[in-house]
Amino acid sequence: MLLRFSSLLSAAAAYVLLAAAPAYATAAAKPEAMIAPQAQAVGKPVSASTADHSKFKELQKNFTSGPQVTEACLVCHTEAAKQVQHTKHWTWESTDPKTGQVRGKKNIINNYCTSPVSNEKDCMACHAGYGWKDDKFDFKVEKNVDCLICHDTTGTYRKLPGYAGHPVLKRVEFPHGSGRFVEPADLKKVAQSIGMPSRSNCGSCHFFGAGGNGAKHGDLDSSLQHPGKYLDVHMDEKGLNFTCVTCHATSSHQVSGSRYNVAAVVEGPAHIRGKKDESPASCQSCHSDKPHHDKMGMLNQHTDKLACQTCHIPQYARNEIGTEASWDWSLATTMGPDGKPMVRKDSAGRRAFDSKKGTWVWDSYVIPEYRWYNGVSTYKVIGDKIDPSKTVQINEVGGGPNDPDSRIWPLKVHRGKQPYDKVNNYLTVQHTAGEDHTALWHNYDWQKAIGAGMKAAKLPYSGEYGFVDTEMTWPITHMVAPKHDALSCAQCHSKNGRLQGIEGVYLPSRDNNKWLDMFGWTLVLLSLIGVLVHGSLRIYTSKKKG
Amino acid sequence: MNTSNRIFLYKRYERFWHWSQALLVISMLVTGFEVHGTYHLFGFEKAVNLHTIFAWTLLTLWAFTIFWQFTTGEWRQYIPTLKKVDAMVRYYTFGIFRDAPNPFHKTAEKKHNPLQRLAYLALLSMLSPVIWGSGLFYLFYSHWKSWGVDAYLSLEAVALVHTAGAFMMLVFFIAHVYLTTTGHTPLAHIKTMITGWEEAD
Repeated sequence: MLLRFSSLLSAAAAYVLLAAAPAYATAAAKPEAMIAPQAQAVGKPVSASTADHSKFKELQKNFTSGPQVTEACLVCHTEAAKQVQHTKHWTWESTDPKTGQVRGKKNIINNYCTSPVSNEKDCMACHAGYGWKDDKFDFKVEKNVDCLICHDTTGTYRKLPGYAGHPVLKRVEFPHGSGRFVEPADLKKVAQSIGMPSRSNCGSCHFFGAGGNGAKHGDLDSSLQHPGKYLDVHMDEKGLNFTCVTCHATSSHQVSGSRYNVAAVVEGPAHIRGKKDESPASCQSCHSDKPHHDKMGMLNQHTDKLACQTCHIPQYARNEIGTEASWDWSLATTMGPDGKPMVRKDSAGRRAFDSKKGTWVWDSYVIPEYRWYNGVSTYKVIGDKIDPSKTVQINEVGGGPNDPDSRIWPLKVHRGKQPYDKVNNYLTVQHTAGEDHTALWHNYDWQKAIGAGMKAAKLPYSGEYGFVDTEMTWPITHMVAPKHDALSCAQCHSKNGRLQGIEGVYLPSRDNNKWLDMFGWTLVLLSLIGVLVHGSLRIYTSKKKG
Repeated sequence: MNTSNRIFLYKRYERFWHWSQALLVISMLVTGFEVHGTYHLFGFEKAVNLHTIFAWTLLTLWAFTIFWQFTTGEWRQYIPTLKKVDAMVRYYTFGIFRDAPNPFHKTAEKKHNPLQRLAYLALLSMLSPVIWGSGLFYLFYSHWKSWGVDAYLSLEAVALVHTAGAFMMLVFFIAHVYLTTTGHTPLAHIKTMITGWEEAD
C-alpha cells in the first residue's frame, strides 16, 4: 500500500525514456547532422565518431555494476572522471563568483522537494554518480562517476529512486504496486553504444525536476523530446533540431549555462570561432546584442533594458503538460476519508494532492512574471534565518533598473508553503523518502521526519514546527518561440501591459507625466475656448452692424 | 475680375511646402499622441512606425525648403520687426470686432504681418529645436551610449520635452487655423494659400 518515492517522477521518467527509445536513431544522428547535414542519408545514420566503442576490448565484458563500466571508460578517458568531479553534476554545489555564497542542490532548500539531505537514496537517482546515500559519500572516488547517464544512447539505462544513483540491474516493478516493470539495462550493450548527450539524456533528469514532468522549470519538460517549431524554434525536430548541448556547449565536462550563474547581460557581436566565449549558452553568442533587422532599428534599442527571453518566450509551459505554480506542504499527512493516504489528480491528470506531499496547483501556457535581474540569485541555504511573518524568498534575484548589468527578465515564480522551526526561525530539513519509521512518506509523522532530517543536516531542532509561505524564482530561457509569436509592441507599451509593474524605465504609452499632460491639455482647451470666444464675438459684432 | 487688385503671394513650391508640411504636422500630432498613450487608433507599433516615417519625410521637406528659402531670398520674410506689433495686437483685440481696417497690408515683399513674423520665428527658433532635438534623441536612443550622452539623458526627460513640444505645436495649430478665418472673408486666406493669389481689399 505504500507507494514508493516520487511515483509520478518515475512514471513520467518511464514515459520519456520509453518514448525516447524508438527515436534514438534520430537522436544519435543529431550531432553529425549539425556538422554535415548531407550526411543525414536515408536509412540508419552513420555515427560521426572516429571510434566504434563496440570494437574496444575493454568494453567486451559482462559488466555487473555501474562503477565497473566507469573503470573501463577511464582506461582510455583517463581524465574524464576528474573533470566530471569538478562539475555541479557531481558536487551538487556551486559558489557564486560575485557573492561567494555556496549554493547548489546540496546546500539550499528549494521550493519543491526541499532538500536531498537525509533523502539521498532517492534523490541521487539524478546524481551523475553511484552510491551517494548519506553524508559519508567520497567525492574523490573516480569509479563512482556515472558516465552512462549522460552518454547512453540506447535509452535503456535507467536510474530509479531508492538506489542511491545505481542503475536498474534487476527487473523491478516501478512504481511499486503499479504492475509496470522496468527492465534492467544490458550494461555491455550500453557501454558499447555511448555517444554525445541527446535531449533524452539531459531530459531524463531536467525534464522531471521536482518529481513530475515539467513540474519544476516550466520551460523544460518531455515535450522538448520531439518539439515542433511552435514550442521551440531551435529544437524544432523538423527544423534546426538542436539538442541541449548545441547551446549548452561543454568544455572538460563543464556544461555552460546555469541558473546559479545566469549571464543576464551579454553585449557585443555574435561570437566567432576561436574567440574565448564566456557564455556560449546565451542567445547573444549566436545572435549578438543587435539581432533584429527591422528597418526602423527600433527593436535593437530594447536590448539595453530587456533580456531576449522577455519578448521571445511570450509564455512558458506551452503545452498540456504544464508546470507547477505552487506546492503547499502544510497539507501533507492529511489522510483521505477512510483514514488512509490518498492521491488526487487535477482535470488534466496532473498531481493535485498526495497525503505524502501536500497540494499542488498546475498551470499551462503561463505568462511569466517580469523583474529586473542581474544574473545573481541569493539563496536560502540550510540554516539561514527567516522572518516567518513574511513570505520567505527561497532565492532573491539581484539587480535593478539602475544597474547596468541588469535586464528585465521573464521569471517563473513558484509559490509554496514549507515547514520551519518556530523557535530557531529557519526552514527545516525533513526526512521524506525512505522505508524507515522516521520517513514522512512512510509514517506520515512530521515531527519524526523533521527530527531525522535536522539530525542529518546537523542543525538544532527546537521540536516546534510551523508552515511558512515561500517563493522561488526561476529565470525562463527555454521554449523560445518563432519570431512571429514574440511579444508585440503594445503588449508592453500600453497602460495595463506585461511590464505594468516594472519600475525605473520610461515606457512610451505606459508612462506619462500627469502634470505635463494636465497642463498641456488645459492649454489646448484654453486655446480652443479662446478662438471660439473670439470667433463668436466676431460673428456677433458683424451681425449687429450688418 | 480686376487683375490689378490681385497680388501673387505664394509661389508654387511655397504652397506645396505649406500643405505637405500641414499634412505631415497633423499626421505627426495624431500618431504622436497615440505613441504617448492618449488613445488607440493605429495601434502602438504602427503609430511609432508612421510617426518615424513622417518625421524623416518632414526633415527631407525642410532640407529642400531651407535651400529654397535661401536661393529665393524668401528667408527675409521671417526677419522680425516690432514695428506695428502694437497696432496688430490692438486690431486683433478690438479693431476686428468693430470692422476697423487691418493695419497691415500684404505685399509680395512682406507677406506676413509683424505678429505672424514673430510667431513663425518663435516656431522656427524655439519650438522647432525643442521638438526636433528631443525627437531625434528619442529616435536615436540606442546610440546614446556610443555618443557618450547616456549619462546626461534619460528617456523620460527626452519624452517629456518632446510631449511638451507637441502640446505647443497643437496650440499653434489651433491658433493658426483660426487666424486663417480672419481675412476679408472667412476662407480668403485659405484660398490664397491654395491659389497663391491674394485678393486685395
